[in-house]
Amino acid sequence: MELASPADVAARLGATGYLSDDALATVTYLALRMQRPLLLEGEPGTGKTALAEAIAESLGLPLVRLQCYEGIDATQALYDWDFPRQILHLRALEAAGAGADAEEAEKSLYDARFLLARPVLRALQESPAVLLVDEVDRADDEFEAFLLEVLSTYQVSIPELGTVRAAIPPFVVLTSNRTRELHDALKRRCLYHWIDHPGLDREVAILRSRAPEVSETLRRQVVGLVQQLRARDDLQKPPGVAETLDWARALHHLGTAEIDLASASATLGALVKYREDADRVRHALDQMLRA
Amino acid sequence: MTERQPDEILLGFARALRAAGVPVTHDRAQGFVEAAAVLGVDDRRATYLAGRATLCAGPDDLERYDQVFHAYFEARDGLPRPRPAQPTAPFAGLPLEESSGAGGTPDDEVLRARASETEVLRQRDVSSLSAAEKHRLAGLFVTLRPRPPVRRTARHQAWHRGDVDASRTLRASLRRMGEPADIAWRRRGVRPRRVVLLVDVSGSMSGYADALLRLAHRFTQVGREGGGVVETFTVGTRLTHLTRAMRLRDPERALVAAGETVPDWSGGTRLGETLRFFLDRWGQRGMARGAVVVVFSDGWERGDPALLGEQMARLRRIAHRVVWVNPHRGKTGYEPVQQGVVAALPHCDDFLAGHSLATFAELAEVVSRA
Repeated sequence: MELASPADVAARLGATGYLSDDALATVTYLALRMQRPLLLEGEPGTGKTALAEAIAESLGLPLVRLQCYEGIDATQALYDWDFPRQILHLRALEAAGAGADAEEAEKSLYDARFLLARPVLRALQESPAVLLVDEVDRADDEFEAFLLEVLSTYQVSIPELGTVRAAIPPFVVLTSNRTRELHDALKRRCLYHWIDHPGLDREVAILRSRAPEVSETLRRQVVGLVQQLRARDDLQKPPGVAETLDWARALHHLGTAEIDLASASATLGALVKYREDADRVRHALDQMLRA
Repeated sequence: MTERQPDEILLGFARALRAAGVPVTHDRAQGFVEAAAVLGVDDRRATYLAGRATLCAGPDDLERYDQVFHAYFEARDGLPRPRPAQPTAPFAGLPLEESSGAGGTPDDEVLRARASETEVLRQRDVSSLSAAEKHRLAGLFVTLRPRPPVRRTARHQAWHRGDVDASRTLRASLRRMGEPADIAWRRRGVRPRRVVLLVDVSGSMSGYADALLRLAHRFTQVGREGGGVVETFTVGTRLTHLTRAMRLRDPERALVAAGETVPDWSGGTRLGETLRFFLDRWGQRGMARGAVVVVFSDGWERGDPALLGEQMARLRRIAHRVVWVNPHRGKTGYEPVQQGVVAALPHCDDFLAGHSLATFAELAEVVSRA
């Protein structure tokens, strides 16, 4: 990959509409150069998943996504055999009355066409690719150990078929919401970055690139209010960038030129998702808009 | 500066960071040197970012990293900054003898049969024990076996009755070249539920801190054997994540590690605020979801009791079961009148005593049945 410097990475990401700061661009550059997985943590809605998508787009690589959940195991992450089709195949062999060589029949059962490639295997097969392991903190400890093994060798062995190895290791992005502490061994393999909420100017810029239909005055006003809300520490779930975008779009759809209390209350559901928060925000907006 | 090699300086920084409490391992330090070389060692900002990416493993580390980086590379004057005072932990190493208390009480106990000595100790309030008795009691903690509570999982496991397991049945018939065979059955599996322990280490609880942390250590160790997860935090004026310390197998080492981690021993209590911080930072994202949460506190709240009540209500909506353990509950004449307890009680599923080993055993039972 012909990326020369962190600034180059930032420019490439910027071209896809993802605005990064220098810390994030540097870490991404390092991860690409050192071929290490990138572990992103941060508040929900700060663009962890979006970064992986932007990297894939800017490098022109396919994005393979593995969404983790409780109880996920290797058959959902790596590969599985397609049992119904294998049985159909057997029946077809029987009907055709093809030579009764049982060994041949069995061998034909474990053919690559009956293999269901799941995300990790697919990322290795498609070789230069971006593998996004989303919300890895939701998976169990055992799955983490398994992931560690794949991430250190970039190969998977299938007993019936042989070993699949990536010609070029995929670029791996892991995201975590910190619902639990990840195992140290996995963290050690990765480069770590904590994504914070963006500052005022960067958030306005993000809005400009993601929601160009919204007018500049509305954009500035929305971001200004959201930044003030985030600075308060009494919200159960401070709004993320995704919520800011939703809110701006909601206001735009209502034809709002400038936010007043009525339009803000009507669209509050796009910004905060808890009843307690809604009450507090309505109260705070009342004061902020009057000031 | 001097004629030192860049690698030497970088590794020295990694060592300084380790001394400051960030778990920097050898391979991490190597990764740091490598990353710094990729970015160019003459750029301070680049070195800073390289270290952040390779040496840190969480937001707690980032704060320390910033401080150490500043002290190491920028403030070359009056190094180093003062360390936090050594915690006057109630258990800073276990004193074997105490000048007065140790010899006093045994006189009564000599009269009792030796076997019942243990039984008496089990019932005694841990804050009233002499050092020697505490030492003996510490040995008794191994008798506690807090089994982790269990929950049903989405995944099934093979069983001899229950629902039909279609894919296993199919697979079995595939093995017989497509002939239908026995029907396989399955049922929902069970997994250990997460347990979260919040231990109040403020001044009014200082007599119990040692015993409660031993209890937390026991929970953690027994839970791990069964594959369960037990998370421990201390609350007081601030929230401290203690799980890492509690995972050390040896209880004495675990307690020493806890003593080094917790900055606010015997301070004040701002339960409501720390609880809110816990819920914001950890609980709501999943740590407390569906978990059994045990709060060890006497409810002497310096902050606003209304906030505490609000946060307890929030906790209860997330958690599977909320247990409040109050060491004073077991004492005669106790009434739950402290403002904090009054605010919190409506949001608790259980309200238990926790002043002696016997009550700890009861608590273990309540938790494992939750």
